[in-house]
Formats: sequence, C-alpha cells, structure tokens
Amino acid sequence: MSVAIRIQQVCKRFDATQALNAVDLEVAQGEFFGLLGPNGAGKTTLISALAGLTRPDSGSLSVMGYDVLTDYRAARRQLGVVPQELVFDPFFSVRETLQIQSGYFGISDNDDWIDEILENLDLTTKANANMRTLSGGMKRRVLVAQALVHRPPVIVLDEPTAGVDVELRQMLWRFIRRLNADGHTIVLTTHYLEEAESLCGRIAMLQGGRIVALDTTQNLLQRFSTHTLRLRCRGELPPAVALRAQQSGGWWSLPFDRFDEIEPLLAEIRNAGCAIDDLDVGKPDLEDVFIRVMHGQAH
Amino acid sequence: MMPRLHGAFFTLFYKEVLRFWKVASQTVGAPVMTAVLYLLIFSHALEGHVQIHGVSYTAFLIPGLVMMSVLQNAFANSSSSLIQSKVTGNIVFTLLAPISHHEFYAAYVLAAIVRGLMVGVGVLAVTMWFAPLQFIYPLWILLFAILGGGILGSLGVIAGIWAEKFDQLAAFQNFLIMPLTFLSGVFYSIASLPAFWQHVSHWNPVFYMIDGFRHGFFGVSDVSPWISLAVGGGCFSALAVLSLNLLSRGYKLRT
Ligand SMILES: Nc1ncnc2c1ncn2[C@@H]1O[C@H](COP(=O)(O)OP(=O)(O)OP(=O)(O)O)[C@@H](O)[C@H]1O
Ligand SMILES: [Mg+2]
Repeated sequence: MSVAIRIQQVCKRFDATQALNAVDLEVAQGEFFGLLGPNGAGKTTLISALAGLTRPDSGSLSVMGYDVLTDYRAARRQLGVVPQELVFDPFFSVRETLQIQSGYFGISDNDDWIDEILENLDLTTKANANMRTLSGGMKRRVLVAQALVHRPPVIVLDEPTAGVDVELRQMLWRFIRRLNADGHTIVLTTHYLEEAESLCGRIAMLQGGRIVALDTTQNLLQRFSTHTLRLRCRGELPPAVALRAQQSGGWWSLPFDRFDEIEPLLAEIRNAGCAIDDLDVGKPDLEDVFIRVMHGQAH
Repeated sequence: MMPRLHGAFFTLFYKEVLRFWKVASQTVGAPVMTAVLYLLIFSHALEGHVQIHGVSYTAFLIPGLVMMSVLQNAFANSSSSLIQSKVTGNIVFTLLAPISHHEFYAAYVLAAIVRGLMVGVGVLAVTMWFAPLQFIYPLWILLFAILGGGILGSLGVIAGIWAEKFDQLAAFQNFLIMPLTFLSGVFYSIASLPAFWQHVSHWNPVFYMIDGFRHGFFGVSDVSPWISLAVGGGCFSALAVLSLNLLSRGYKLRT
C-alpha cells in the first residue's frame, strides 16, 4: 500500500502553547481516516502544516510523496483542504468562486466537473447567487466544493459538517464515501463521534499536540469499550450487582464483556425479588472510547 | 461570464481586477470625482496668478493630479485587497493553491497598475477640457504611469502583508503615502520652494515620478526624465525584492 500522507516528528509551538508535539503519522492511499480530539488538541494545526498554511518548527510532511515545503506546488495539487473556519469572498458568486479556484490550480475549463460537484452538494440552484447571500450551511458546502475543484487524490476535511443540517450531512457523506470508493484518500476531523465511527476505517486521537491513540476503529472499540446492560427495576438490586452498577435517571447501567453473562445476571436480580420494568443492551461506542482515552485510561 | 482562466497567475490577476471592477463606482468613479474637485478648487484659486514652466497653472496641475490619482489608487488596490482577504480569512484560498510567490506578487502589482491607469485615464478624460494640454512625449507619460503604479502597488503589497488591522493600514496611508504624494510637486513646481525644501523633495521618490510624468506632457521638468527613470527603477526594484522576500517567507501570511 503506498503512502498518501506522511508526517514525521512534527513539532509546532505558538508562544506558550505546544500545539504539536513530535507527531508521527502515516495514512495510506485509499484510507478513510479520522482525526479526533478535544478543542485545542492540535487537529487544525496539523492540517495547516500539511497544507503549508503553518510552518512546523521541526519535522517533515509530505502528500503523495511530495514534501509540502520543498515541493509545495506538487504537494498542493495532490491535496484538497476544507478549512474549519467559514470563509468566503463576498465579491463573487458560487460559480465564480469555483471557477477562480480551478484557475488557481491551472484548470481553465472545469465547468462539467463544477456542475457535478454542485449537483452532489445540492448547490445547483445557488450557482449564480452571491456568496454573501448564502446561509451558513451553504457556505460550508461551497468550501467543500472549493476543495474538490482540482480532483485532489487526498482530501482533508476539518469539521465539514459543523452547522450543516441532517439531510445534507448524509448527502455530503454519501458524496465523500463515493470519492473514497473511487480511490481518494479522506482525512476528516469531527466532534460528531458517531459520524467518525461509521465512516472511518482508522482513527487517531490527538490530545495536547500528541497522538494518544492510533488504531483501526474496530480495534479501538474492542479495546476501550464494553457492552452495557441498562435496566429499570422495582425493589432492591442484590448488593453484589449494585456494587458493579451505576445509577442515573432511574436507570442502572451494568458493563459486561460477553453476552453469556447476561442470563445469570438477570437470574440473580430476579431471585433477589427485584422486578425488571425495562431493559436495553448498549453496544460499545466511540464516545466511550474517546472519553477513556482522554482520561488516560489508554494502555 | 468568465473568460478562460489560463494559469494561476492570470487567474489571480483577473480576480484582482474583477474585484475592483465590480465596485467601479467606488474604486474608479469616486477618485476621479475627488481629482476633479481638487482641480476646480486649486485652479479657481491660482489660475491667472501663477505660471509654471511657461504653462498656465491649470495645465500644470492636470498631469500632477492624474499621476497622484494613479499612485494613490495603485496603493489602495493592492493594500486593501490584501488586508480584506486577511481579515475575512479568504486569503486561505490562494495560500492553499500552487501559486508561487512570484506569481502572487506579479498578479497583485499588475492589478494595482491597471486600477491606477484606469483612474488616471478617467481623471485625464474629465480634466483635459479645463486647459490646453500637450502630449509631447506619450511614451514617457505611459512609462512613468506604469512605473509609478508599480512602485505604489508594491508598497501596497508590503503594507497589506504587514498590517493586521484596517487602522494600521490607514496609518500607513495617512503618515506615509499621503505626505509622499502631496509633497511631491503635484500642486507646485519644487523650483519655487526654498532651497531647504527643494533638497528634501529630492529625497522623495514620488517627486521623480510626477516630474517625469509631467515631462511627457510639456517636454520640460525640474530634473531630467532619465534621472527620474533611474530613481523610479531603483525604487521599484528594491520594493519588488522586499515584497518577494516577505512573500517567500510567508511573513504574516503563513504562521
Ligand atoms: N495562530 C495561532 N496562534 C497562537 N496559538 C495558536 C494558533 N493556532 C493555534 N493555536 C493554539 O494551538 C492549539 C491547537 O489549536 P488547533 O486549532 O490546532 O486545535 P483543534 O484541535 O483544531 O481544536 P478545535 O477542535 O477547537 O478546532 C490551541 O491551544 C490553540 O490556541
Ligand atoms: Mg480545529
């Protein structure tokens, strides 16, 4: 598998803040990769360094084998970045914005591809509208479109779904998934962890400028999360069970690893004279993993 | 409808021209109006009292006003475009693209020259009816207009990169650009100044641009147009080197 993104020992300091601390990361071509972390973890700084917007203090970065500093033109042609900030040029319409962006990449006749992008992002009816007149979510979609005009093999999206409504979020992901299926490498940051869980094959978690977890989504879920049995009941839980359980809002939560633990557990509760009113079984989820990793329970 | 946008440089240049052209009443119309007001006020006050280089005061004033408009608008174009892009954040679109610092610089300066020349032509077209004008050396006229636009356009690039807020840019404009252009012999011949101020004026590069420009109209000037060309060329080269250096380092653009 050849490498799409290679980040080696990258450090970046802003005054008192060590925004990136010896970050090493490789993303293979064709991956759908998630970059997660709390506010201020360094996700945007890492993306900026990759895009040449920020110069690292040390270390090196490359996109599709091109160094982002010494071979910046080639590297930038390989990369499409959707910035986190909602920026736009108020002088131009949506179509002009995309034509100009194409021109920056040396593409003079791009209208067919621009139409296709607009179609996929449900912007066709807004093609000739001035950028100023778009809603926030529409501006965000234009940012996505701008990142795609030059058909970059590597696409990095910094919180592309912030402020985008549910329907369009799904539309956007369908489009991005299709690009991924066509061979584009995708890197995304998001604070919607269900999104990352369902989309990303591999995930890196960043905290304080360091990578604190890096694995396939499957492995992370298995390593850091468990199933949970949640129930509501009348009467006292037997003391041995209550000891393992947590209560909130009238529900008891009991962690378990294997499904064959459930039957004996329920029998124990019934035998203690406690009647179960309601019950459900929760799967491990990324939110759980995230919280554990961030609180240092990672191994 | 967009023309074919060939290459990064041409696209950025075209975008910069389109940017001011979309609001031409502010970026071209208003400065023409300002220059005409200067002409009306000063020629009313001084016409008939003063003759310079053997021409009437109004005739003398017109090329000065034209050149001052070229210079101020060239500066305004590159500097305000850059600061707006920085403050609104959309500069990121050019920073993400494979645009070299040479292309970036050339596009901004060339667009600044285009804006300067358009305003200059506008001012000339309106004011030339107020006094009999000659156009003895049209090539000198064009050359100094382009060179002056290039110098102030480059200064605008530098100011736009350096300034982080609009008021810093306003300070640059009020304390450097305005004195340089106003005290450069637009409204008078420096030959009429006391020796000390004549000496000071010779340190002002804008003086040479105006003097050379005027030479193109009347064939007479305070200094030889070749000297003015050398001074202008030197200034332009120095500013170009400085701008390119700032851009190649990503000074205040790439953190
Ligand atoms: N230009 C800058 N100047 C000073 N400090 C900065 C700059 N950019 C980022 N930082 C700091 O670097 C750290 C990492 O910021 P970064 O934007 O990369 O976080 P993030 O992971 O993207 O957070 P979020 O989820 O909020 O977007 C923060 O402490 C931030 O304050
Ligand atoms: Mg961020």
